[in-house]
Amino acid sequence: MPKIKLPTKSPHIDMTPMVDLFSVVLIFLMLTTTMRQPEPAPVDTPFSISEKPTPDFNKMTFLLSKDGKVFMNFDNGPDTLLKYRPKILVEMGKRYGIDFTEAEQREFEKYPSSMGVPIEKMKDFLALKDAKSRNAFQTGIPIDSADNQLAMWILYARKVNPNIQACIKGDSKTSFNVVDKVLDILQDYNVNRFNLITSLEAAKINLDEIQQ
Amino acid sequence: MAEIIQEESAKAGGHKRPKKRVPHIDMTPMVDLMCLLIIFFMLTTAFSKAKVMEIILPEKIQDPNQEAPKISASRTLNIILGPDNKLYWYPGTVKEEDFKNLPPLFETNYSPTGVRQLLLERNRTLARKIAEFNQEVVSGKIRISQDSVQKSISQLKKIDDTGPIVLIKAYKDANYGNFVDILDEMNICGIARYTFMKIAWYEVKMVETAAGITPTASTSAK
Repeated sequence: MPKIKLPTKSPHIDMTPMVDLFSVVLIFLMLTTTMRQPEPAPVDTPFSISEKPTPDFNKMTFLLSKDGKVFMNFDNGPDTLLKYRPKILVEMGKRYGIDFTEAEQREFEKYPSSMGVPIEKMKDFLALKDAKSRNAFQTGIPIDSADNQLAMWILYARKVNPNIQACIKGDSKTSFNVVDKVLDILQDYNVNRFNLITSLEAAKINLDEIQQ
Repeated sequence: MAEIIQEESAKAGGHKRPKKRVPHIDMTPMVDLMCLLIIFFMLTTAFSKAKVMEIILPEKIQDPNQEAPKISASRTLNIILGPDNKLYWYPGTVKEEDFKNLPPLFETNYSPTGVRQLLLERNRTLARKIAEFNQEVVSGKIRISQDSVQKSISQLKKIDDTGPIVLIKAYKDANYGNFVDILDEMNICGIARYTFMKIAWYEVKMVETAAGITPTASTSAK
């Protein structure tokens, strides 16, 4: 009786469908991704029940770190065709007698995250290339009444883009003094509507809870 | 592709060729690479967008002759964010002249049994209306879109005239988390009228008495 020869070849799995699927997922992720921008200071936002999403554009975000530094960001990340960011920088430069070159404006426009650099040091900050040495300049925007640069940023941001909305992103441990000061400055410039950035946390009250 | 070519060559040429095998490309490295990329993108993608809570503060009074709007004392509820995550409240108003005998502050906390109970108790009528309305929407008795739900709730809030008017004030040692928490409680309890105010000097004094802080110590800490 002839022996039945078992095939010794290793079974070959056709990976084409797998590759197809992976490519689809990959392309989807690549198109939808918005990279998480590294913030100059770590911030744990407090929780709230609000389900309103953050606006995508026309916003200025104030980042209030735990140690009371104030950072600011316009329109988040790379700008649209309107190029608000360089315009705001030029206005700020005019106010403080600093002339920003084209290259510096472009650098400012490209900067992906919040900035907390006093305007006098902005030129040095923009000249640097790597993130680490840049972070050394991130000392927070001065907000005291003697040198209130934050107020000027707000003024020119609103002048360049009248539709800009104020968002406040604070750490839950940030002292209220800082928040209060920022709110105060904003109100001085007639901004009375604020978006407080929070993380979602579900909380609901039931009918019977009220009728107790 | 390879198969089609094979057929054509079979037609053209008369003699038999050894059957061409479909070239097999080993896709494993490609799959490996794709896996890596997918994992990378999944980790770096910020899927959940941060939410925002909107707050509208009253405009600053520019004109010194303009008086602050009068509100009825019986509906007023003052909430003061204290130091060390403490929360104080007192009803009604305190006149500046009465600073010699200030009313005591009641202490509460941010938990559902603390300030939420307090607010719900005072806001019962409106909270019930909102809860009933939500119930009807959920159970399908009323069929309206999400936008009109929000609109109807704000209309309910607008016509409400029994709920408390909450004035939120912050002692200087409070933190931002407290501020968001208390505004969140306002939203949870459906308080129609609340605002954030500057703390008055006599209220600072009240907090300091209640929390047992000596005023000199707190000023030196500042």
